[in-house]
Amino acid sequence: MIGVTLESVSKRFPGAGGAAAVDNVDISIDAGEFFTLLGPSGCGKTTTLRMIAGFYFPTSGRIRFGSEDVTRKPPNKRDTGMVFQNYALFPHMSVAQNVGYGLKIRKIRGAEARRRIDEALRQVHLDGYGDRRIDQLSGGQQQRVALARALVIRPRTLLLDEPLSNLDAKLREETRAEIRRIQREAGITSIYVTHDQAEAMAMSDRIAVMEGGRVQQIGTPQEIYHRPATTFVARFIGRSNVLSLPVVAADVQSVEVRLPDGATRTVAAPSGHGLTETATALVSIRPEHIGLCGPEDPDALPGRVTDVEFTGITTNLTVDVAGQELTVAAVEVPAEPAVGDRIGLRLPAARMWVVRP
Amino acid sequence: MTVTTTTAPQAPRTDLAGDSGRIHRRRRIADRLRGGAGGGWFPYLLAVPLALVLWGYVVQPMLATFAESVEGDGADNYLAFLSGSGVARSSLLTSLGISAASVLTCGVVGVGMAFLLKRFAFPGRRLIEAIILVPAALPPLIGAISFQLLYSETGILPRGLQQLLGTAEPVLPFNGIAGVLVVHTFTMYPFFYLAASAALAGMDPSVEEAAYNLGAGRFRVWRTVLLPMLTPALVSASLLVFMTSLASYTAPLLFGVDRTMTMQIYINRTNGDLPMASTYASVLGVVSVLFLLGMRWYEGRRSYRSQSKGISTHRREIRNPVARWLALIGSLLATVVLLAPVATIALVAFSVDGSWTTQVLPTDYTTQNFVTIFAEPRALQPILNSLRMSLLATAGCVVVGVLIAYAVRRLTFVGRGLLDVAVMLAWALPGTVVAINLIAAFSTGNPFSLGQVLTGTFWIMPLAYFVRFLPLVFRSSSAALAQLDPALEEAARNLGASWLRAFLTITLRLMLPGVLAGALLAFVHGVGEFVASVLIYTSSTAPISVEINNRMYSFEVGTAAAYGMLQVVLIFVVMMLSGRLESGGRAAREATRWTN
Repeated sequence: MIGVTLESVSKRFPGAGGAAAVDNVDISIDAGEFFTLLGPSGCGKTTTLRMIAGFYFPTSGRIRFGSEDVTRKPPNKRDTGMVFQNYALFPHMSVAQNVGYGLKIRKIRGAEARRRIDEALRQVHLDGYGDRRIDQLSGGQQQRVALARALVIRPRTLLLDEPLSNLDAKLREETRAEIRRIQREAGITSIYVTHDQAEAMAMSDRIAVMEGGRVQQIGTPQEIYHRPATTFVARFIGRSNVLSLPVVAADVQSVEVRLPDGATRTVAAPSGHGLTETATALVSIRPEHIGLCGPEDPDALPGRVTDVEFTGITTNLTVDVAGQELTVAAVEVPAEPAVGDRIGLRLPAARMWVVRP
Repeated sequence: MTVTTTTAPQAPRTDLAGDSGRIHRRRRIADRLRGGAGGGWFPYLLAVPLALVLWGYVVQPMLATFAESVEGDGADNYLAFLSGSGVARSSLLTSLGISAASVLTCGVVGVGMAFLLKRFAFPGRRLIEAIILVPAALPPLIGAISFQLLYSETGILPRGLQQLLGTAEPVLPFNGIAGVLVVHTFTMYPFFYLAASAALAGMDPSVEEAAYNLGAGRFRVWRTVLLPMLTPALVSASLLVFMTSLASYTAPLLFGVDRTMTMQIYINRTNGDLPMASTYASVLGVVSVLFLLGMRWYEGRRSYRSQSKGISTHRREIRNPVARWLALIGSLLATVVLLAPVATIALVAFSVDGSWTTQVLPTDYTTQNFVTIFAEPRALQPILNSLRMSLLATAGCVVVGVLIAYAVRRLTFVGRGLLDVAVMLAWALPGTVVAINLIAAFSTGNPFSLGQVLTGTFWIMPLAYFVRFLPLVFRSSSAALAQLDPALEEAARNLGASWLRAFLTITLRLMLPGVLAGALLAFVHGVGEFVASVLIYTSSTAPISVEINNRMYSFEVGTAAAYGMLQVVLIFVVMMLSGRLESGGRAAREATRWTN
């Protein structure tokens, strides 16, 4: 079991106007870790994964598996197991032949190969499916064959490129738990690419949020949710309100900002935030952390309701506060609010956090 | 419901589901027609006349040929194929042998080209891709003649090399069967090239990547993943090349290989032994039909086309400077080889008749050949004949072809599958066999010729063209129809249009680019037709190709090439027009995507 390190990796494709698909990315993945590259389409996550697999070579930078430099190694010498978005099963082979393909290349034959294939199929709950043709399987089953095919060779790292995106919603949730279970059992370093933030949060030990070819933030799901580093991360992971507020006083780990009604809050800020007095800070607060009360409440920020949406679990309000729109997700509302009602908002300082633009 | 579906029983389940949807749709439109046109007999109003046409001009003539072959001596003629030493048996074996060898050479060239051009980026690639189909576009006679002028014992290349190297004999001449194979390779490799490139383009690149990821090297990926996945495409291409080689007539004619099936048909016919010619035609016909059925059976099976949403295939850039130079030189060489046939015809067209004897290239040049063709009424006549006969045949092909396509694709009636098979039968039969069939059927009065004798008259010519090229129009119409959502026609009916009006203003209108492309194809093929014509023409109905052949025999090579040049120009004009239509077709496809 080994870790994977990317050092200042960049990738430019010829004819893309010199724009970098991946721009100076530094990532260090621990051995046995489930690490996710998360971001919208075109953010460079798949390109990064394909560089780790060896299908692209970086324009600059190094990639290491443990201490070994694999930057220029061809894909068939890297010993990674990859699960492709569309599974990429060999249509002219049976399930067992698909799973056994990598073993054959590794000169594992006969009884040993059969044992490993059976074991891999059992692991993905497909025992007895070895003789099936690929087109006789459902999408979920094909996905599991692809996983078995990648795992059976006991690769140094498992690479998963949006493996759940072709499954329907219910199957997706079941399979993600299944993948996590198998990964834990095998204890294999895994790199997972997705654009689905819920998937990333549920599965990962750590997440790298990418945008525009750059890494925006690396951290555990909790860190990324509660302490987003940038406006992009705050808005991409869950929903968030990002308020522009004038800075009254600045410290190393915090700044004091003024709310539209004149009240001030001392808000945690990442070290090196570089904000000074008279600057404007971007402050993030999650919709579910905003409390509701009457408009006359002395601690409340007064506003006017502009939209109400009932979802079952929460009631989502859009509230206009001195020209800035805030979204509030309340599990309980005092009285059924209506559009045009005046309402008070409670913004607890502990739930607020300064983000970079 | 009595539907004759063509779905293979082992088709995967998802396909069956799709098919039943289609059948359901078909039934819906049939119900509508029933309601609109007053009864369940409506599809038959269309189908019966079409079936009669196919029976009268395709199937019945085939049976007449068989009757002719057993008339005098019973099965005696067929016994000739069983005797060890006879011409008949060796002709059959030679034909089969040439076809098998052609499959091999075309396969190597076609698949190799597809891989090079679709998988690698190198200097000169675009140029080759632009002209790669040129040799195959030539009319069969012109193709064979140009190769004879280039590569035979008296050809430009062997003589050029003889002069260059100072040897006593021409160097590397292609004669006899070798010459036939060269012609076949150059004109038929596109079957493999097109099939392999389509399969490569349809292949999910991540399947290949998965193999690399599991540790396979490049050769192993080739052997265990790429080739097996190309197999369906390669098998269909092999069958096509085999059938086309079997039907090939001009190449053996020009390279003097008498013992092939097609040549024996021609020789027996010109010697007046129609029963024996019919025997050969029947045997060749049966073999062709077997291949047709084999092809339909094979195509009904699954093929490996994956619906990839992933990254499209990247061409591998050739970076090694030595390899780049080799690639460039190879591209230039390939370009010369691909364009040489057309260039040769163009050059020889301007040579003075009878002036070119033992020199490498013609010595004296003139434009007189073209002047003669257009100034002398006797020389112009073949062109007028070809145009008139081809036009007549094309008109017939469009009317019948479009209606058959509509009936087969959109209506439900007993025998729908048979109608489909009958059209493809016309496609599978070699030109020589079609000619013999028509001779056998229409040398006496026949209900389908309104009691008239057609053999030896003008009318048998356009009729032969009609039979040969009907499948072209049928196929392109049918493909155009497949792109159209039946709901469009239903919408028109729903808004109050009669069936005829809906068909004319919606369905036929949207099919038009496809129909026109097919019609143009049928027309050029008619103008270039030689194989059937040479068996049924009379002195007053000789078409261009027959005239070219006659001029070649009387050593008027320049004039022959000039006729050929006119055919080639016509073909390129039509190809350009079809290219324009292609965008029209794409527009139609775009439209269907929006309405789906």
